[in-house]
Amino acid sequence: MALLLNEDEKMLSETAEGFFKKKAPVSELRKLRDSRDEKGYSEALWSEMAEMGFAGVLVPEDQGGVDMGVMAAGLLAEQLGRNLSATPFFSTSVLSASALKNSGGDLSKNWLEKIASGEAIVSFAIDEGAKHNPLGTETRAERSGNGFKITGSKVMVLDAHVADAHIVVARTGGEPGDREGLSLFLVEKTAENLSVERTIIVDSHNAGRLELNGVEVTAEAMLGVEGEGADVLEKVLGAGRAVLSAELLGAGSQAFEDTVAYIKERKQFGKIIGEFQALQHRASHLYSELELCRSAVLAALSAQDDGDKNAAKMAGMAKIKLGQVAKLAALEGIQMHGGVGMTDEYDIGLFLKRIRVLQELLGDGNYHLDNFAKASGY
Amino acid sequence: MSDLDSFKLEARAWLEENCPEEMRVPMKTEDDACWGGRHWTFQSEAQKVWLERMVAKGWTTPTWPKEYGGAGLSRAEEAVLLREMARIGARTPLSSFGIWMLGPALLKFGNEAQKKEHLPKIARGEIRWCQGYSEPNAGSDLASLATKAEDKGDHYLVNGQKVWTSYADKADWIFCLVRTDNSGRKHEGISFLLFDMESEGVEARPISLISGKSAFCETFFEDVKVPKDQLVGEEGKGWSIAKYLLTHEREMIGGSGEGVTRPLHEIAAGSIGLEDGKLADAMLRTKLAETEIDEWAFRLTMQRKLAEAKAGASLGADSSMLKYYGTELNKRRFELMMDAAGHDGLEWEGERSEGGKLARDWLRTKANSIEGGTSEVQLNIISKHILQLPGA
Repeated sequence: MALLLNEDEKMLSETAEGFFKKKAPVSELRKLRDSRDEKGYSEALWSEMAEMGFAGVLVPEDQGGVDMGVMAAGLLAEQLGRNLSATPFFSTSVLSASALKNSGGDLSKNWLEKIASGEAIVSFAIDEGAKHNPLGTETRAERSGNGFKITGSKVMVLDAHVADAHIVVARTGGEPGDREGLSLFLVEKTAENLSVERTIIVDSHNAGRLELNGVEVTAEAMLGVEGEGADVLEKVLGAGRAVLSAELLGAGSQAFEDTVAYIKERKQFGKIIGEFQALQHRASHLYSELELCRSAVLAALSAQDDGDKNAAKMAGMAKIKLGQVAKLAALEGIQMHGGVGMTDEYDIGLFLKRIRVLQELLGDGNYHLDNFAKASGY
Repeated sequence: MSDLDSFKLEARAWLEENCPEEMRVPMKTEDDACWGGRHWTFQSEAQKVWLERMVAKGWTTPTWPKEYGGAGLSRAEEAVLLREMARIGARTPLSSFGIWMLGPALLKFGNEAQKKEHLPKIARGEIRWCQGYSEPNAGSDLASLATKAEDKGDHYLVNGQKVWTSYADKADWIFCLVRTDNSGRKHEGISFLLFDMESEGVEARPISLISGKSAFCETFFEDVKVPKDQLVGEEGKGWSIAKYLLTHEREMIGGSGEGVTRPLHEIAAGSIGLEDGKLADAMLRTKLAETEIDEWAFRLTMQRKLAEAKAGASLGADSSMLKYYGTELNKRRFELMMDAAGHDGLEWEGERSEGGKLARDWLRTKANSIEGGTSEVQLNIISKHILQLPGA
């Protein structure tokens, strides 16, 4: 298990740090939001991310990617988190790329190439209700002629409104709650009987809803083995949760650092407020928590790449810890900023919003605590 | 084969041959440890033999130079040795404040005569040491200590009182912070003295704690004569030695409890039971899961900081972070163990509860975040040295 970065990883992390700070700082998110940008992300930035190899970070070299692994994806996500950059990276380059890679087949290879080159955005449609519940999937894919007909609704589909294709998790067998019977399908945006609604969400990042009213796909559109999608999902969600934890680490750390900088400046009662022990101790506690968080993220990321038998469990563990601590960083951040923390002008509120979304994606703390206890035999 | 690999094989073979079976059984309590010293009575022949053999190898203090009773091993070799000992469950042959605390300070700050005099006796377990730091009016604010050492020509005359001196009633010698000068800033004028606990005018009385019997004592000095050559470093410069030692102590306390602990949920499942594979108390189940995840992240952080330190970064004020978090976590752990044990955890005496072991251990953990610098002091250190907040 790697708790220290190697030279390549350090270099990637530093490159990404400079890149996102310069090209996609928080002010860019504000511009996209305030102009009510139709796409909600910068295509020019995404092209550059493809050129840098970021879009294909998980894509095999044969398909034009750099295949650097989940650790590398996490290091990039950490910087996205620090800058609140809205890009299709997580949906396309992490979730969908991971699903395609773990499914195999010609169609997957084809789309992996398009992801690595920056040509295609591919969303990953899994959730259906208020809470994340992959085994609860109700969307059905029924045999129809040579292919399948898919019916159901998907929510919180990241980047759905700008996606060229969607990977849809649907049931080809079993009942909601069963591990068996899940399959993954690639549905192109041009498919008939598919409607996509953009949802404007609290953090000004991008998501939408899909309605599939008997969307017809060919048999080739099924990724991997029929009914055994849960195995692929375990890897996709493991990588996804570990990378979300890394993004939470970035967002939480930046919120914390902004807050510490603020309490070193702000004066009240003729004193810099950072002189007050009531604030110092809370800041120092948060520092300690964030140090634990960094260890948890590094362990969870490297477990995915090492094929650790506890990889999925560790991703959930990191997601719990990071969700709690990043939230604390945001809440303390607002409180320590005082009145200005409530204004739209200051960034700290944007961090609170983003962290709330990241906490919820792919399972909140309660979901993962329950899974952790089950996996530990209690 | 690398040198390290061949050392590993050599150590493994030697330990197999020389570590008595009885010394491969985990210690039940602190009382099973071997502390050595003038008045030590070995609890078994195995304990004696194990110590003698390890002393002969220089392995009670593996990284100390050979001339001072060590084996001159590198840090890497020491790590191999410790892993090999852990592999067969070998007990630490000698528990000693001399090894953990005074030794490193003497190696860094002592003169040649002091090293030659004291280090070999520490390594061989012949002299047992205690630490004289805290005083009734110098706890968190240690630098305000008042135990006085007056210059009387060839000796110092020491008067005052120490408190929380662990095992002072059993120790042979003390390393002690005293005030030699009152005129300047409080951090100046502190000196670091070594002296024999059998000296005229020394008295140690054990302190009872909320957890019962304890190793702590209060220690009184009345006109104790200490020869001048028993001053370590320069007169008035003892504070830097004290700080060096405190950093060691912090790392020890922050890391204590590691490796000896069963997962919380196993303990809870044993007393509360499972229903449909889940802990019967749903609220406790959540708290246990959260705490186990924090324990996981904390263990990883200890490993990461150690790895960073090995790679050349200084641990610095992060030792305060580890001490703070580790001790607070340990307190949480014991609160949950008491929750899990319920009525059984309330027994104070009797065989069923091993003499109220859980209740006493639970109470003892309350000191974790006080001794070696309180949690509040650690947070102050983080605020000042890491976050660089003004006025900290």
